[in-house]
Amino acid sequence: MVHGLEWTTKDLFVYPNEFIYWSIQIVMYPYMTGLVAGAFVLSSLYHVFGQKDLKDMARFSLVFSLALLPVALMPLMFHLQQPLRGINVMMTPHFTSAIAAFGIVFSTYGLIVVSEIWFVYREYFANQVRVLEGRPEGGGLKLLGYRLLAMGAYDTSDAALAKDHKAVKILAGVGIPVACFLHGYAGFIFGSVKANALWMSPLMPVIFIMSAVVSGIALCMLTYIVIMEWKKLTTSLARGRGDTSVQAIGGVEIDVITKASRYLLGFLVAAITLEILDLVFRGYTAMKSWDILRSVMYGKDFLNIFVLQYGLGNLVPFFLLLLGRLTIRRTLLALVLILFGVFMMRWNVVIGGQAFSLSFAGYMHYHLPLLPHSLETYKEGLLGALTVAATPFVLFWLINKVVPSLRYE
Amino acid sequence: MASSRRQFLKKALAGTLAGALPLSALRFVSPAEARASIGNAATRWVFLVDTTRCVGCGFCVRACKRENEVPYDVPVSRTWVERYVVTRDGVTRADSPNAGRDGFTDPRIRGESIPNEAITKAFFVPKLCNQCETPACVQVCPVGATYQTNDGVVLVDRSWCIGCGYCIMACPYGVRFFHPVHKVAEKCNFCYHRITKGLETACVAACPFGARRIGNLRNEADPVTRTIMTERVAVLKDEYGTKPQVYYIGLDERVR
Repeated sequence: MVHGLEWTTKDLFVYPNEFIYWSIQIVMYPYMTGLVAGAFVLSSLYHVFGQKDLKDMARFSLVFSLALLPVALMPLMFHLQQPLRGINVMMTPHFTSAIAAFGIVFSTYGLIVVSEIWFVYREYFANQVRVLEGRPEGGGLKLLGYRLLAMGAYDTSDAALAKDHKAVKILAGVGIPVACFLHGYAGFIFGSVKANALWMSPLMPVIFIMSAVVSGIALCMLTYIVIMEWKKLTTSLARGRGDTSVQAIGGVEIDVITKASRYLLGFLVAAITLEILDLVFRGYTAMKSWDILRSVMYGKDFLNIFVLQYGLGNLVPFFLLLLGRLTIRRTLLALVLILFGVFMMRWNVVIGGQAFSLSFAGYMHYHLPLLPHSLETYKEGLLGALTVAATPFVLFWLINKVVPSLRYE
Repeated sequence: MASSRRQFLKKALAGTLAGALPLSALRFVSPAEARASIGNAATRWVFLVDTTRCVGCGFCVRACKRENEVPYDVPVSRTWVERYVVTRDGVTRADSPNAGRDGFTDPRIRGESIPNEAITKAFFVPKLCNQCETPACVQVCPVGATYQTNDGVVLVDRSWCIGCGYCIMACPYGVRFFHPVHKVAEKCNFCYHRITKGLETACVAACPFGARRIGNLRNEADPVTRTIMTERVAVLKDEYGTKPQVYYIGLDERVR
């Protein structure tokens, strides 16, 4: 079976070999890398810029960005026609290719995140080793695990901890440009494809960075709210709804959320401005491709671009967050809409960019495979995308067994 | 075991580097293999398509599919033929059913009947990989599986391609696709296995009207080179800066 034939329908004059080759997993790829980059930027707001009221959220975001990290690779692996050869990119990197740079940027970024987390939690690891060693029944595997994690660094004196803090600050500082680069280059992958009239734009990397930060912050806030609400629920079940600890949790939650939402609004404005600037610029310069681009944007993809992405995904949450007396419920709705809006932006770039033929005289439509009937329709269908989306939460849960990003003081 | 942090980091770095070194990097390539992989600099393969001679019989497409083992009944092809019909109202209609493999025996274009008296111009245009001088596909391939030989032909290493599709996206001519059997990027390679043995490409050999010809641009005596140098020829989508090396005689501006 020809790749792409399952989900592509053609309209008017399209070259014979043209199909929607980059499908849902290539939508998921910039979406997931965007979340990684955004989560890291949010954590750096505390570590580098000293935004103390984001402390709780920062630790959580850092660990969450680690959970998201391997998931940035997943869609690519799902998408490759030869996934077992994926490692070839590292073995014979071809440096004129933007995708080949991925291995290097991604590994650098991964090292920064892992090192930063190690410095943040080194004291905890050392303490855990001491506690487990002190147990009469022995620490078992858990002790071995924490010993490995501590890597022989058990010094928890004030001087050593001060060094840790300094290292965290430096790593977070270096991490911000690397995180932005990671996502900027994801945008570059598209922006540098001169054969594609929709993607070919130097603004693409910047647009991607901005929407990445927006989506990352939104996901961290959303997950934070869900976890805090869960904490509130379990505490109120144990101690009663009127207990002071329940109110304390609620108070912390709304404070952090209000502060984070201000950053979110700032980045949201930047992201929307850049996207609209790109749109206006294309119309104003009206290159040869503008006719077909216009017919896709204002015609075939109008609902996806203007109603779902800009309207429901950008404008509505913007006003929801802007209105006074922010509530958790309203924030929750706004965050879900923002995440949806950024997803639609990725969708409209990736799928929208393939919606018209290179002949500029025909169109292609993408039908997302809902129920898989083969490995390919699973991988490049709804279930494959959901698998990718669910993985970071499973990883976060696993990492939290070792690194308590939500309860350690 | 006593180990300072510095020592530990040093050892970890050395271990990582050693682990990252692939065993294949240690294989030596023989001079013959190296020469074969970069081609002969005294040759620059080019293609000449005479649109005034093409009748849309599809012999070339069929021959190509058979020669290059592209499954006959799948809707992808290394080469294809397009039909253009221009009517009095100035509208251009184009199609390429089954890549033109079965010829254009049906006068209808995508189901639409056009009366003969309304037609002002109709012609056929064969398309194939342009073996660009600065190929976008080679630039973007993350593993170097798509590469250009010294004699100008762009080839795909089927054993190394990871199937990411970046080359398919980067090609402005839409000539690339995924091979349905091998699951790697696929495209026309000017029948490299034939031309390097002094044979013609399968499509050139199959064309009864001389609409397709292959030549060596570095040989001034080559009739194809003489035509390219002395007659009015054109290339497709010059604006992308890929410097395509398939030249067309009688190319109409309506051709996309």
